[in-house]
This record gives sequence, C-alpha cells and structure tokens, in this order.
Amino acid sequence: MAPAKTASTSGRRSAAKSANKSVSKSAPKEFTGKNTPDFDKEDELHAYREMLLIRRFEEKAGQLYGMGFIGGFCHLYIGQEAVVVGMQMAQKEGDQVITAYRDHGHMLAAGMSPRGVMAELTGRQGGLSKGKGGSMHMFSKEKHFYGGHGIVGAQVSLGTGLAFANSYRGNDSVSVAYFGDGAANQGQVYESFNMAALWKLPIIYIVENNRYAMGTSTARATAQANYSMRGVGFGIPGVQVDGMDVRAVRAAAEEALEHCRSGKGPIILEMLTYRYRGHSMSDPAKYRSKEEVQKIRSEQDPIEQVRQRILDGGWATEDDLKAIDKDIRDVVSDSADFAQNDPEPDASELYTDILL
Amino acid sequence: MPIDILMPALSPTMEEGTLSKWLKNEGDTVKSGDVIAEIETDKATMEVEAVDEGVIGKLLIAAGTENVKVNTKIAILLEEGESADSISADAPKADADTPAATSDASGGKAREASEETPVSAKVPAQPKIEVAADPDIPEGTEMVMTTVREALRDAMAEEMRRDGDVFVMGEEVAEYQGAYKITQGLLQEFGDKRVIDTPITEHGFAGVGVGAAMAGLKPIVEFMTFNFAMQAIDQIINSAAKTLYMSGGQMGAPIVFRGPNGAAARVGAQHSQDYASWYSQIPGLKVVMPYTAADAKGLLKAAIRDPNPVVFLENEILYGQSFEVPKLDDFVLPIGKARIHRKGKDVTVVSFGIGMSYATKAVAELEKEGIDVELIDLRTLRPMDLPTVIESVKKTGRLVTVEEGYPQNSVGTEIATRVMQQAFDYLDAPILTIAGKDVPMPYAANLEKLALPTVDEVIQAVKTVCYK
Repeated sequence: MAPAKTASTSGRRSAAKSANKSVSKSAPKEFTGKNTPDFDKEDELHAYREMLLIRRFEEKAGQLYGMGFIGGFCHLYIGQEAVVVGMQMAQKEGDQVITAYRDHGHMLAAGMSPRGVMAELTGRQGGLSKGKGGSMHMFSKEKHFYGGHGIVGAQVSLGTGLAFANSYRGNDSVSVAYFGDGAANQGQVYESFNMAALWKLPIIYIVENNRYAMGTSTARATAQANYSMRGVGFGIPGVQVDGMDVRAVRAAAEEALEHCRSGKGPIILEMLTYRYRGHSMSDPAKYRSKEEVQKIRSEQDPIEQVRQRILDGGWATEDDLKAIDKDIRDVVSDSADFAQNDPEPDASELYTDILL
Repeated sequence: MPIDILMPALSPTMEEGTLSKWLKNEGDTVKSGDVIAEIETDKATMEVEAVDEGVIGKLLIAAGTENVKVNTKIAILLEEGESADSISADAPKADADTPAATSDASGGKAREASEETPVSAKVPAQPKIEVAADPDIPEGTEMVMTTVREALRDAMAEEMRRDGDVFVMGEEVAEYQGAYKITQGLLQEFGDKRVIDTPITEHGFAGVGVGAAMAGLKPIVEFMTFNFAMQAIDQIINSAAKTLYMSGGQMGAPIVFRGPNGAAARVGAQHSQDYASWYSQIPGLKVVMPYTAADAKGLLKAAIRDPNPVVFLENEILYGQSFEVPKLDDFVLPIGKARIHRKGKDVTVVSFGIGMSYATKAVAELEKEGIDVELIDLRTLRPMDLPTVIESVKKTGRLVTVEEGYPQNSVGTEIATRVMQQAFDYLDAPILTIAGKDVPMPYAANLEKLALPTVDEVIQAVKTVCYK
C-alpha cells in the first residue's frame, strides 16, 4: 500500500459529502442488533474481552510505531473489532481465515499469540514470521490463518483457493475471506466470485466497508455502494450487517456458515463498520471531519455497546470490568515488552525460507 | 478453366494434415459452402467447404492420405461446360514422406490454440550431432521416440496417479483436451474433479491455484500461453513466490505454473514473448525451461513433486518434436542441473529451451568446419547450474549464449556477467550473447524471421570468439 495522501476534493464527484452515511436499504436482508438474538452473559463477556484485547493491542502498536519500534506501514483495526470477533465466535475449528494488510485484529481473534504478532511488528526473531513478514504478512497454519496480504484484492482469489481445497477434499470447512470496500473494486474479486459460484465453493466473502479506501470515500470510488449486492451478477446472495454490533455479526456469520456448509456455495456479508484511525500511521485522515469520527465513536462504538449491556444486565460490576481491563493491559504490555526486547533475527535468516 | 481445390491451412501454423474423408465423389455438383472433405490432425477434425460452384472433375488425393502439405492440389473443380478430359495428367502427388512430425490444426482465433509450427517452418530439424548421454539415465535404458507433447502429458498423468492431491486447472484443459492437447486424455482418466476447466480468468484462477496450494494441494496451473500469465503475474510472484519467506517458513505454495512460452509463429507481438529472464529473477521461484522430451518429462515430474512454486516454460514449436525418452517406471530428473548436450573442447555454447534448436544446428555446421563445440543445455534457469558452465569455460576459454528472448537483461547477459566475475582469468575472448532482437515481435513473415535469432548468427558468434 502506498502511504496515505491528503484527500483531494477535485474528483469527478465532490468528496465534500460524507461517504454513504445512510446506506442504501435495498439489500435483501440486514442483520442488526435489533433483529438478532441477544448474547448471554458468557458471550457478552467473551466478546468484550476479545474486542478489548484488539483495541488495547492496536493502541499499543500505535505507540510503539510513534517510538520507532515499528517500521513501514502499520494499519490499525480500531473501530472494526466487532467484525472479526463476531465472525470468529461462529466459526469452528478448521475454518480458514484470510485477509489483507489490516490484519492484527484478525490474528488475535484467531487465537494467535499477542507476543508473536507484536514481535513481528517490531521485526524480531520471536515474531510469527521470524521478523521477515512484518505487519502485513503473518500466517499461522495451526490457527488456519492464511495471511496477511499486502496486495489489495489478492487475498480474495487466494481465499477462493482455500475454499477450493475444502471442496476438493470434501471436508466441511469454510473459507472466510475479508477485504475492504476498496478491494471490492478489484477485477480479481469478480473473477473469484464467478469461479466460487460456478463451483459452489464454501466461502464467505466479507466486505469490511469502513467507508474509506485509504482517503477515498465509497461515494467517490464506487458506482454501487451497496457491496452486499456485488454478487448479484453471479447469483451470490449477500446481506448487510451492522458491523459495529457483535451480535449482528455473529448471527450473520452463523447463517452464512450454514449456507456454505450445506453446499449452497459462496455468500457475501457486507459489514458496515468504521475505522477510527487513519488508513495507516502516516495518514492524518483529513478527508473526513473530526465530528464524523466522534459521532460514531460516541454512538456506535462496538466495545462500548457490549460494556453497556453487561452493566445493564448486571453481569459484571464496574470493578469486574476494570479487572478485565487490567488483565488485558497486562497481556498487551507483556507483548510490547517482549517485542521490544526480543533480538532481531540472526543475519543468517536472510537466506532461509526462500525455497523448501 | 478448371479450378484447383487446394489443401487448406486450418490455422496460421498448420503445414500438413491427413485428408481423412471425401464427402463428394467425382461427378458430384457442389455449391459454395458445401462440405466436400474432412481433414484431420492429431488434435482435431475440420470440414473443408467448397468456395466455388461446379462439378468435381477429379479427386487427386485419396481419402486416408496422411501428411498432405498445405496448398497441395487435392481436387479439381470443373465449371459449366468443362469436361474431366481437360484436366492435365500431371496432377501432383501428395508429399507423404515426411516423418512423424505432424502438425495440427483447429481454429485460428487468438484464444484458441494457434498450434505448433512443424519443424521445418522456422526452426531447423534436429541435426545429426552426437548427443552426450544424460548421466541421470542408467546406461542401457531402452529409449522410446516421444513427442514433447506426449512427454508432458505422461508426466502429469503419472504424477496424478501417484498423488491424489495433484490436479490440473486452466482454460480448455478438460473437455477440449487442452488448447495444445497437452492434457489429452486426462479428463477421461481422472475425471472433472481433478481436471478442471476454468473461465478465462488468468488472474483469478492463478490466485485460486495458489490458495489451494497454500492449503496443501498440489495444483498444476496451465496457462494457454505465458503471454496471458502476465495478467496473473502478481499472484505468481507476490503470492506464490514470497509466502514461504514472509511466513518465516510456515507455509509455501507447492504449485506448478506451466504452458507454452515464447514465440510461436506468426502470432504477433502480444502472443510471442519469452519470459525466461522475467521469472528467473525472482527468489522463491524455480524456473524450468526444457528442450528435449526426456527433459520435459523428467523435469515436469520433478516440478510437480517439488514443494516450491515452479514456473515451467514450454514451447509451442517444440510440442510436436520427437526425442528419445527413457522407458523407466518413474523417470524424474533433478531441477537445477544443466546437461552437457554435446562434449567439445574449443568453445562453450550455453542455451535452453527452443534456443537449443538453433544451437544444435549451429554445432553440426561448426563441426564440419572443425570447430569442436561443448553445448550445454541449462534446462533449469533458477536455480541456475552455473558451476557446469564455469567448468566448461575453464576448459574452452570461450562462451556464446543462445536464447530467443529480448537481449536486454537476458539470461545470456546474466550468464556473461557471472562468468566474467567467476572465471575472468580463463576467458580468451569476450562472451557473446545471441538473443532475439530488441523489438516487439512483428507479424510479417520476413520481419518475424529477422526478429528471431538465426543459426547463422550463432555460427558467426562462435567463429568470432574463436577468432576464426
């Protein structure tokens, strides 16, 4: 990914109006917190912990970037936590996950170690890729996480290949391929849609619509901003999901996974979400107003929603939540300490892992 | 005036075919558009339509005749009022003495197979030079003449029998039996689960293949030509070649990308490019470019078994050429090892793939003039077997490289650089590199010939470095 540039408003269409604030309601189906089942205490607390881990981890990564421990590009997932956590809550062992470069949250949700992820961000030998991959390129065979890809859209074809492997082997695993509203305009996405529909491959295409492809709002970049309908030409069903509400995400995930496992082929979930930070660390996000960000943070924050429900339900006290918060801060601090103190990879690693 | 009906060319590169069947007899009246005969190649049967109206005066070539050259008179059509008596008796006979190097034909559209050029069209037939034995083939092994096409097919079939995770995907690989018939019979033997026709979607299916490989399957992705693989090169390089490194060794892509590479014949600039030097630059890839059928078979089997991504560059013109292939149950050659095609002492010539066609011919000519060439077939471009080249140069002190690709940043210039760095003191003359010309491939027959290297250029280069 190229570094962020300040958005220009001189495009064909004016960028002045905020990106699809009110998303088209013409999608066949929507999942929101209102039409999906409530979580029980255990689910709420689980979701809270998982999302908080991602949030605190990303905040720490941002700090370490500012301190010069993390180099290159670093794309933070803050604001979008409910998407991966809700999906992961519905998946079962063996389901594969693949995504693009905004991948730290996906890895933590998949159960990959915070130390391993953070040490990869700092380019240390204890990183998940021995320091050779970096923020955008991490993998875990054990957790069925297939990266971590820096080329916008490439992971969609690769994820379709993972689904092909499931179909070839006749297992009932499902491939979950994440991509952004920006990648949704890449040609290979549609090449993949066509093959997945043609061969009825078990794959969930997840469009994480966070409203901005780097600095370009969806309104300026796409002729059809309802991404759930992008599969219509291939007969792929799609639904819009309130990606800020972890309950809606899990409910949609369950239905989509069932759709795939029952042999009906691919399905698209458009997650309506929002990234609080810039595209990458070098992006001042001048293409949107502070008020827009603030409004979503205060009204729709995925973690705050869960926190409020936990308190309202009497499932935990403020003190209990503080204790959880402290636990998570400890995990994150530990990962940061590790990532700062772990040695860099040995020079001999330069020439390893090129060929088997 | 009686009208000659000529043997038609059914594709730009077809030179001959079998006249399998006449659908009209002498004395029959035909209208333009009537199907009068069927022509067959080893790949397709095509109908011949009459262009003019008249009565069939004489059938000059009997049904079932093989190796009928394009433009041979096959029948004579009489116009109104003419009689068969007016036909001169000296109608030519079919030139049916050409050996097994058959050509094939089907449609001439760019996307369809443009078919291989017969040996005689562009590249000289294999000259009679003493070919050194391959040390990887046990002495006394029975050899069977096999086309490169059959060798590639056999390699895939054998590996698919051996390993259920191996499958082949690409455009027209299944029901059509392969645009160039390399996958002939595979669908029948292995079924549509393992022999998969894809939509025309290079970028997408290359990515699907790499994803399947990351999940542990062993795909063979056929590109109808590597020219179309430019649409997919991101997945080949950024996904297949780099994942092992970026994952710290956790996962890679055991995949083979194969298909015809380089110039065919008269297909113009967009269908005639040699990607040898492109792919051979990429760490994380292995790049194989065989010349003989034996190497094609042994190296394709090795490529399919290799846990790394392998780019396997074939050549359309070589597909129909026959070479001796050892009759062994499991003939696998090592990737990364050059083969000394002919031992010699005066000068080293290094080539690979179709370049070997020029080199072998030149070597045969030079032999007559008393220049004893050591000819090395690289076979693999990455990893490159430079030690074999260096050893030879230490002996001969002279080096010429031969390839069809563009001259700048070519495989030859890479070899020249490294030999200069590693064997400078042994060189008795500057290294010369013979390559295609620095132009997009032209269409016109004469210009195309000029754009490709020639045997004479190789001969002259060898003489130059020998100061002769």
